Amino acid sequence: MPRTILLAPLWVWLLTLVAAPVLILVVMAFATPADGVPPFTLGLRFTAFAMLVEDFYHAEALLAALRLAATTAGLCLLIAYPMALGMAGVQPRWRLPLLALLMLPFWTGFLLRLGAWIGLLRDEGLVNHLLRSLGITDAPLALLYTEGAMLAGMVHAYLPFAVLPIFTALIRLDPALLEAAADLGARPARVFFSVTLQLTLPAAAAGFLLVFIPAAGEFVIPELLGPPEAQVIGRVLWQEFFQNRDWPLAAALALALLALLILPMRWFQKLGAST
Amino acid sequence: MLIATALERRFGAVRALAGLDLAINAGEFFALLGGSGSGKSTLLRVLAGFEAPDAGALTLDGQDLLPVPPWARPINMMFQSYALFPHMNVADNIAYGLKRAGVAAEERRSRIAAALDLVGLQGLEARRPQQLSGGQKQRVALARSLVMRPRLLLLDEPMAALDAGLRERTGLELRALQRKTGAAFIMVTHDQQEALALADRIAVLEAGRVAQIGPPQEVYARPATRFVARFLGAANVLEGRMRDGVFESAEAGGVIASGLPAATVAVALRAEHIRLTNADEAPCITGNLEDAAFRGEDWLLIIRLPGGASLRVLHKAPPPAPRSLVGLAWGAGAVVPLFA
Repeated sequence: MPRTILLAPLWVWLLTLVAAPVLILVVMAFATPADGVPPFTLGLRFTAFAMLVEDFYHAEALLAALRLAATTAGLCLLIAYPMALGMAGVQPRWRLPLLALLMLPFWTGFLLRLGAWIGLLRDEGLVNHLLRSLGITDAPLALLYTEGAMLAGMVHAYLPFAVLPIFTALIRLDPALLEAAADLGARPARVFFSVTLQLTLPAAAAGFLLVFIPAAGEFVIPELLGPPEAQVIGRVLWQEFFQNRDWPLAAALALALLALLILPMRWFQKLGAST
Repeated sequence: MLIATALERRFGAVRALAGLDLAINAGEFFALLGGSGSGKSTLLRVLAGFEAPDAGALTLDGQDLLPVPPWARPINMMFQSYALFPHMNVADNIAYGLKRAGVAAEERRSRIAAALDLVGLQGLEARRPQQLSGGQKQRVALARSLVMRPRLLLLDEPMAALDAGLRERTGLELRALQRKTGAAFIMVTHDQQEALALADRIAVLEAGRVAQIGPPQEVYARPATRFVARFLGAANVLEGRMRDGVFESAEAGGVIASGLPAATVAVALRAEHIRLTNADEAPCITGNLEDAAFRGEDWLLIIRLPGGASLRVLHKAPPPAPRSLVGLAWGAGAVVPLFA
């Protein structure tokens, strides 16, 4: 009985915030679009799913989203690992301040930060202004609405998610293991690759996924910073829901994304079990 | 073989090593004995190269060790936590050092097999450390160090993580291994029984320097300082001073011995060297029986002396009535003068 009570909030959470929305999506995906509120009539039709398969536009949007998420997560990992190493390497009393600095962007508004990127990168922005006044360029570089601007925004937004698990794994690493490796003749680089890196790979994978999964559904950053051709699934979803008002198609898209994101989770579980 | 001279290491205001001198001979089993904060672990880490001393010298066969990084020192260490690599199986753990040393695969295999044979773990090559018992982990750690054929092996509390029942046997096996390999072992321990039982020589560390060094029997029988006498267990220490050729102790309330050196500041008197006197015998001192505890082989008596100090006495027969006045006597050789 106490066990049931303890687990109750978890079940309530799972049912209301995970199971119910998915169920609603499933019902919606099989419905037919209609004019009205809500903009569909219930039924059991596969039109929306058929459209997903037939129209490459949607498959490409899914692929573009996965590509963007993978690139973002990969870049985050490349930046996060050295950052986490540095944070774990300092004296313990400096760790909390560094952690606070890492989390600081979260305390500023998300849109505000994107606004800052726009301010930096637009044609009359700070970067172009600087480049021109230094005489490096004489016409403004197209920085905003590019792949690069979008990736910068994505990495900026998601980097802490990659740093945190790696940092935690690094500070939990038994220093005696590193000393034992050195004692057995391993030079510092060898110690890192054969012990530190090996033992923090699951954390790095966790960091990758923590970035990858939300990044795959991201639509604001590609919308505000990315090129118009970056039609990632998040943007397409938004358009189908709010501009085309084709809710069944949007629901089918969301379900397809969900299915695709479960795959890397399974892969991660396997990785966790093997180490 | 290994000579440490005036080693100094400070952590903030704490002097972990305070001008420590030590010489280790080739092929000996040496125990560094000390309480927490005595500097024994710091010393071991300095020897292994994980800690650099602030001052002092360290040589191995005349070669200066201090500029040599840990990975290049011909010294291996067994860690208290064993520090086995959790992502490698037993064979890979043992192979780790051999690979770094560039030993060919063929020789590696035979040396791993020999090392596992040495510690009695044949057949466990494919196990992960998490699948081993505490005793097995300890043996893998030992094999991983010994496979490198070090001339000097450092052991940090090698038995601390084992069950009490396993410690005695493991200790004897450790000594047998030391004899077989001929490597010098330096074992750090806080357990005086372990040090006395296994080592050829022991050094008792106090506040970052060597308080006394010598064979276990000698250090046990003739402790040089109050600290060593207390640390090696169960010795009564009585403060006092020499006057007119006799050692007077105010806290005991009488004369304890005569003919000790003039510099004596205290004496050590082992509980097993004190006996209760018969009625017709003149006691060295008298006191009241304060407490008695049966220990199986004998009784431990706590005797309150007139000066206020209490003496621990081991007595073979059932004790006299509580609070009764008893006479105590000891032979002249039982009193060990302490000079610090």
